Amino acid sequence: MADIAATPDLAASPVRELWRAFAANRAALAGAAIILLILLVALAAPLLAPHSPLLQDRALLLAPPGWTADGSAAHPLGTDDIGRDLLSRLIYGTRLSMLIGFMVVSLSLVIGVTLGLLSGFFGGLVDFLVMRAMDVILALPPLLLAIVVVAMLGPGLVEAMLAVSFVALPNLARLTRAAVLTELGKDYVTASRVAGAGALRLMLSTVLPNCLAPIIVTATMGFSDAILNAAALGFLGLGAQPPVPEWGSMLADSQSLIQRAWWVVTFPGLAILVTVLAFNLMGDGLRDALDPKLGPPTRP
Amino acid sequence: MLRLIVSRLALMVPALLGVVLLSFALIHLVPGDPIEVRRGERGIAPQELAILRHQMGLDRPLPVQLLDYVGQVARGDLGLSIATRRPVLEEFLTLFPATVELSLCAMLLAIAIGLPAGIVAATRRGSALDHGLMGAALTGYSMPIFWWGLLLILLFSVALGWTPVSGRISDLYDVPRITGFMLIDALFSSDEGAWISAVSHLVLPTIVLATYPLAMIARITRSAMLEVLSEDYIRTARAKGLSRARIVGVHALRNALIPIVTVIGLYAGTLLAGAILTETIFSWPGIGKWLVDSVARRDYPVLQGGVLLVAAIVMSVNLLVDLAYGALDPRVRRRS
Repeated sequence: MADIAATPDLAASPVRELWRAFAANRAALAGAAIILLILLVALAAPLLAPHSPLLQDRALLLAPPGWTADGSAAHPLGTDDIGRDLLSRLIYGTRLSMLIGFMVVSLSLVIGVTLGLLSGFFGGLVDFLVMRAMDVILALPPLLLAIVVVAMLGPGLVEAMLAVSFVALPNLARLTRAAVLTELGKDYVTASRVAGAGALRLMLSTVLPNCLAPIIVTATMGFSDAILNAAALGFLGLGAQPPVPEWGSMLADSQSLIQRAWWVVTFPGLAILVTVLAFNLMGDGLRDALDPKLGPPTRP
Repeated sequence: MLRLIVSRLALMVPALLGVVLLSFALIHLVPGDPIEVRRGERGIAPQELAILRHQMGLDRPLPVQLLDYVGQVARGDLGLSIATRRPVLEEFLTLFPATVELSLCAMLLAIAIGLPAGIVAATRRGSALDHGLMGAALTGYSMPIFWWGLLLILLFSVALGWTPVSGRISDLYDVPRITGFMLIDALFSSDEGAWISAVSHLVLPTIVLATYPLAMIARITRSAMLEVLSEDYIRTARAKGLSRARIVGVHALRNALIPIVTVIGLYAGTLLAGAILTETIFSWPGIGKWLVDSVARRDYPVLQGGVLLVAAIVMSVNLLVDLAYGALDPRVRRRS
């Protein structure tokens, strides 16, 4: 009996409950903090970057990082083969990565969730067509499919974003469809239907909010996939084109310098790793917080 | 079991048709006329273009062309590569063993390390070891592997000089092609150092390619084991006085295998389909590099045929995984 009294207030909002579970996971909090930091860097890029990301200092080609013996204090992380400041390029690169993540996740979310809703709601031929189309997308490894799409559209940052969004569709569509099918059988949906709610209302305001948990987790993880895949396309020369300071294409340029300039190879990849890791940490934390079944050991 | 196979095969048909449609669309959606693309930069006279278009059937209605294409594919004719003028299927079969060799080694490494790591993390849940292993797995899972490959080259090839940078074997050895698998062919060759050379070329690409599946396998093994370890029958086994090793290794692991096999199958398909990034970094002459190069060369018949073959491989591996469920879990056999 005493246990009931000790239970935290039952009226706590779901959001607050979620936050409590999320905040108990230190790794997830660290991920969120890193993401916040990267966002701030992206917003304040012109203030933080010591140089323009495109400015070429012909006197200092491949200058090593500032702390090394031959380094120059003006270029803390060194310069690339045409004398551009690596730190400034990395700082401006955060803008591109955040933009890629945001655009890809929003686009695939809107289209993927819509397809999943339609498929789960109407069933029959719609369901068959949508799901078989998703099977086709899933039959190819994501990166290969993205390459095929870029081959059709031509290389470029926008094209790469479209390709990566396309690749992300099946996951979201299938997930939404499964969640919709689970919810449709429940009494509250029947009640709403009996009360005369139209298809659109049933879909968007009755069922969708109850399917959000897995969708949010997948969307968060989608950020890391988007950034990784877009960087991979950039690395293969099919994504952002020079001189855009995109991390993946910076690595592509560095490949030929691997014998001479370790810093040009090391830092852009580190930036990708830290960003992707942060989103995965946060995604893991969100999943544990939203899905009590797989909860972390700290849960009561 | 037979019904399971038939129903899975039936599901493959629409997806395979969809892939044929996608690969057909590929050649018609790429910027520029297929003939001009084939002719390259040189340009072509309008009359000649019209004749060529007619010869290749490109002036016929699209549905007719599609049916024709489906017929061609069904006969196993995937066209000629523009770059080499050799049949696409033949090129694929020449390069495929290199990809299989690399993927198999990577998959074995990933399972050999990932599975025990996941089991250990699950049995010592919450310990420093668990946190360390899962932190490493999450890092591997977040790793941009093209960068990881460059880092390993930087360390082991450039700084230490232990491993070669690219290719499958040193130019010093002339290994006759018997199976297409360098590790096997090198054993048959008369050169003593050939096998060592083949192995040293394989080490770094294997590590790079194994990283992602290894991390996934470790993570999924841990969570599957955790779920199973809390089941009643594990408590019963413990109460019976069975040894810890037997409980974990036999009772728990067997029941945790289904999600693990799913992940392994998922990645086996993807790896066999061409380790695009790994093969590109290490100039490994496999399917992945072949496809990337085909985009750069605008060799669309290769991309078109390659996509089709890759999809067929992925679907076949997925089918095998489905059948493996039947073998692992009697419930699956009966349900179908």
